[in-house]
Amino acid sequence: MKTKNLIKIAWQALLLNKKRAVLTMLGIIIGISSVVLMVSLGQSSTELIRNQVSGFGTNLIMVSNVRKDVMGVMVGTENMKNMKMKDVEAIRKQARHITKVTPCVTAMEQIVSGSHNCPGVMMGANVDYLSISNSKIDKGRVFSVQEEETAAKVCILGQTVIKSLFPNGENPVGKTVRFGKMPLVVIGTIAEKGKNFTGDDYDDIILAPYTTVQKRLLNIDYIHMIMATTTTEADTDAAMSEVQSTMLRMHKLNADGDPDFEVISLTQALDMMNSIMAVLQAFLIAIAAISLIVGGIGIMNIMYVTVTERTREIGLRRSLGAKNKDILRQFLIESAILSLAGGIVGIIVGLLLSALALFLLDMGFMVSITAIAISFIVCATIGIFFGWYPAKKAAALDPITALRYE
Amino acid sequence: MKSIIKIENLCRSFEVGGEKVQALKGISFGINEGEFVSIMGTSGSGKSTLLNILGCLDRPNAGEYRIDGISVKDLSEDELSTIRNRKIGFVFQNYSLLPRTSALEQVELPLLYNNTVSDKQRHERAEQALLQVGLKERMRHSPNQMSGGQQQRVAIARALAADPVMLLADEATGNLDTRTSYEIMCLFQELHAKGKSIVFVTHEPDIATFTERTILLHDGNIVNDAPVETQSARRMLEALPG
Repeated sequence: MKTKNLIKIAWQALLLNKKRAVLTMLGIIIGISSVVLMVSLGQSSTELIRNQVSGFGTNLIMVSNVRKDVMGVMVGTENMKNMKMKDVEAIRKQARHITKVTPCVTAMEQIVSGSHNCPGVMMGANVDYLSISNSKIDKGRVFSVQEEETAAKVCILGQTVIKSLFPNGENPVGKTVRFGKMPLVVIGTIAEKGKNFTGDDYDDIILAPYTTVQKRLLNIDYIHMIMATTTTEADTDAAMSEVQSTMLRMHKLNADGDPDFEVISLTQALDMMNSIMAVLQAFLIAIAAISLIVGGIGIMNIMYVTVTERTREIGLRRSLGAKNKDILRQFLIESAILSLAGGIVGIIVGLLLSALALFLLDMGFMVSITAIAISFIVCATIGIFFGWYPAKKAAALDPITALRYE
Repeated sequence: MKSIIKIENLCRSFEVGGEKVQALKGISFGINEGEFVSIMGTSGSGKSTLLNILGCLDRPNAGEYRIDGISVKDLSEDELSTIRNRKIGFVFQNYSLLPRTSALEQVELPLLYNNTVSDKQRHERAEQALLQVGLKERMRHSPNQMSGGQQQRVAIARALAADPVMLLADEATGNLDTRTSYEIMCLFQELHAKGKSIVFVTHEPDIATFTERTILLHDGNIVNDAPVETQSARRMLEALPG
């Protein structure tokens, strides 16, 4: 028989027993919807983390101050001023795996251009900041070594700042803007990077030489943070321990001492999150797998009942010219439809549940095509695997006995 | 006259509880195209065994069975299925209709197992068959919306749809009252008059009188194979009181 007709017959047979079909599908529905839910949640949260870091490279390493406290009480901010340019220089020279390194000092002031103004965050860094933060110059140029050394009053603007200060679309390069009280010449613009998953705006930035921020704006001799990158993500671990030991040496601390800094890599944070998610997901998928197997056994059970109930029909079909394989395929298709229909409903339910869960968690919703494709394949496999024996039994029936079956 | 059934020295035995039971003990007969034959016998006479073999549901242990010139002996299971599909139209005592399925779909069923028939042809031939049994206006009805007689007509239409060389009826009137039985026999006689070859297995002597020839089986042997004085089912029907 043509497959098209077999599918039609199997479908009609299922329609004759709607309630039973739905109940049989329940196991598959629950199994598949939980798989889809788990995969969606897992992917969305991984994506959330990845997005937060992807503005920078995953090979980013940060060294920041650690506030010293005793029993949770802050005891002065003195050690927040411990990181100096010499630490940056030491890392540049001694950490072999570090390719780029920049000091970071930040200042916040209102930024003004003519009649337009907005609150601005100024990042004081060296020229390496651009490649460390995966940014590119759009118009103009970066600041020169000389400008860095002389603490020149120059800045590079991000697109969000440009939109606020130059709403009419004029070229900001060459214009003078005021950051707090200090006039700065715009020498370049940074190409748009967009927002991340949580809405952090990478384009809301004013980049200036760290010397300018240190000496002219904040009047400090320390730095807030060090950012560095390695060539590849694989080098991060080696680079981290190099940075760690360099910093310990520079700050004259023992390895087991209480450091006034911490070295963090985004990969590390990402890896930790990923492994937690992986364990959680594996656990939930194991539960889903059990539910799918139970669902499959449910299908098998019902298919056995169906075959017994329809023994006469099988006999009739055989007498009308159905071959063994026609009967086998008819029942296989029936169980595959049961399982696939359960799968489709499960996917829909799973997607709705994950949309709801992610909405409640205020996370972005994403559909995993892979998860859906895998669910489909799993369902078809379950249907055929668990439908095989009942269908085989049906096909092996002797037409004479089947016809006379009461 | 073309021979459609040729049976020679046909034997069929079964193992029942380690004992060999000889159901058919070497019977021979032939049926020509256009004949209306009844096969009679009491239970245990080998009637059902013969029916199964004639219907290509079973194969003989020994001897020859040819249907439409094809020897059944060496055919595979699948080939037997094809023979049943193309050459034989079964009519069963219990109608054997699918539940909650329209008459048209019931009649289309054997054609579904024939890949050489297109969807359109299948529809047309099923409608044509229902027209022949006088149920064209009921083709959308399902079995539970029909009387026993109508259900059996649907079953006959189903047997006709594939245009087989022989209709093989197994106690086709066994579940029907006298009047309906006569109506069904009337239909068989009409079909016969149009040239259909019909083999009617029954244990009711009065039903056999509507056929042209009766083969009487007893204990696995043919004890009588003779023409019958055919009665008109139409006349019997009209003669029924009320």
